[in-house]
Formats: sequence, C-alpha cells, structure tokens
Amino acid sequence: MERKTQVHAETGRQELLITRQFNLPFELLFRAHTEPDLVAQWMGTKVLKLEAARHGSWQFETSDAQGNVVFRANGVFHEFEPNRKITRTFEMENSPFAVQLEFLEFEALSADTSRLSMHIIFKSVALRDQLLQMPFAAGLNMAHDRLEKTAGRLLPPIS
Amino acid sequence: MQSNDYTMNLRRDVFQAIADPTRRAILLLLASQSMTAGAIAANFDTARPTVSKHLQILTECELLQQEQQGREIYYHLNAQKMKDIADFIEPFRRMWDERFDRLESVMKNLQTPK
Repeated sequence: MERKTQVHAETGRQELLITRQFNLPFELLFRAHTEPDLVAQWMGTKVLKLEAARHGSWQFETSDAQGNVVFRANGVFHEFEPNRKITRTFEMENSPFAVQLEFLEFEALSADTSRLSMHIIFKSVALRDQLLQMPFAAGLNMAHDRLEKTAGRLLPPIS
Repeated sequence: MQSNDYTMNLRRDVFQAIADPTRRAILLLLASQSMTAGAIAANFDTARPTVSKHLQILTECELLQQEQQGREIYYHLNAQKMKDIADFIEPFRRMWDERFDRLESVMKNLQTPK
C-alpha cells in the first residue's frame, strides 16, 4: 500500500524530507497553515500567536489534562508566498533541541488535490536522529485525545 | 565525510555506524550475498586494514554477522538489525500521517459547510 505521508531521512545527513498528498485544493492546504483556529485543530495544540507573514512569528503551547504546559514551541516566518511557499524556523522551548529551519512548498496536483513538501534542516545529524527517536509526540498527543473528543462533537463525520 | 574510526572510544551506535559512507557501501554490497573480508576490500580503494576496521565496527553493532565456512570467514547482513533501522523513522512518519489526516478532515469540513 502506498503510504500517504512519506519521510525521507537519509543516513548521515542533517535533514529530513516529509511529503504528503492531500485530497484538497492547494488553497485550502495552504490556509490550514496560516489560520490559528485551523492550525490548532489539526496540530492538536493551542496557538498563542500566528502572524502568517514575512517576519511574523508564531508560538504554540500544549497542556496536559491537568493544565500543565508540556510543550511549547516558537519560530518566525522568513519567506511567505501565499499558496506557494513558507520558510520558517521551529524551536522547542526548554528542550535540548536546537532551532530547525523548515521549507514548506505547496503544489497543486489537480483542481482537488495538492502536495506539501516539508524540507527540515537540523543543526546536526545527531540532533536530527535524536529528534526522530524520542517519543516527542507524547506532549502533543496528550492534548490530542481531548481534541479528538472536541472535534468529534463539532465536526460532522467525514464522508 | 571522513571516518575517525580509530578512536576506540567511539560509541558503537548503529546510527553512527551507518553515518559513514564506506560502511553504507559495505552494507549495500552485502545486501544480496555473503562475502569474505578480502572480497569486500577488493571493492574499495581504501586500504585493507581500514576496511577491516569498518567490518569490525559493523559487526560490533550487530549489523553484520560472521560465519565460518572452512578456512574463510564470511560476512553477511543481520536482517533484523537492518529492519530496526528501517523502523526507526516509522513512529515519526505515523505522527505526521495522523496530523495530516486531521488537516485533511478539518479542511474538508470547511469546504463543505452544513
């Protein structure tokens, strides 16, 4: 079975390539990355700030069920070309991980399908491999369970 | 990239092992056949002792296994360990896959409001 989301992590290189095809027009795919409400829904995090423009900054925060902050990340936008391209930094706060540079490219495949390529550059090979290995999704997933319940109430089932 | 494998205190980590291009080439070479150290070395311009050192490292981190056949020692891939490497990015991939599935749902819902 073809995997929808592909991750290429060549050994010995301090980068990653994540690609994914969506059954969405590319405008909607792009919008999902620029509107705080939408980002919050699919990333499963609270969006404290999202200034989707060149030189704008963003900050996300995720809390556990008790309200303790378990994850906070921030960054800035460097390039911002609507419907085409976003270049941004990503930094996890209070973590040993250095800031990473992310190049997002949005591409129309047809009227109703699109592709996202995320090219992520790390400070070192070791940091990339460490990030891949750590169960870092845990922080986000705690909130994710709650989110699914909320989303399940709000959203009609997808046909 | 050059290899500093002569430092014996190098951590014998699988991912460190495969970060070296010569060692990756050795793994590729052994993908379909078992070979002796001599036969492997014949494929590289690198000095024989250097190739031996690479083989030692790959064996220490269990990517390669040795098998005695008569007077010769053959090296072959440890399939399980190689599979571990392939599985290594799977949790990360799955996380993004789930996120993107949600993105698709959220946006499809916007597209066709009730």
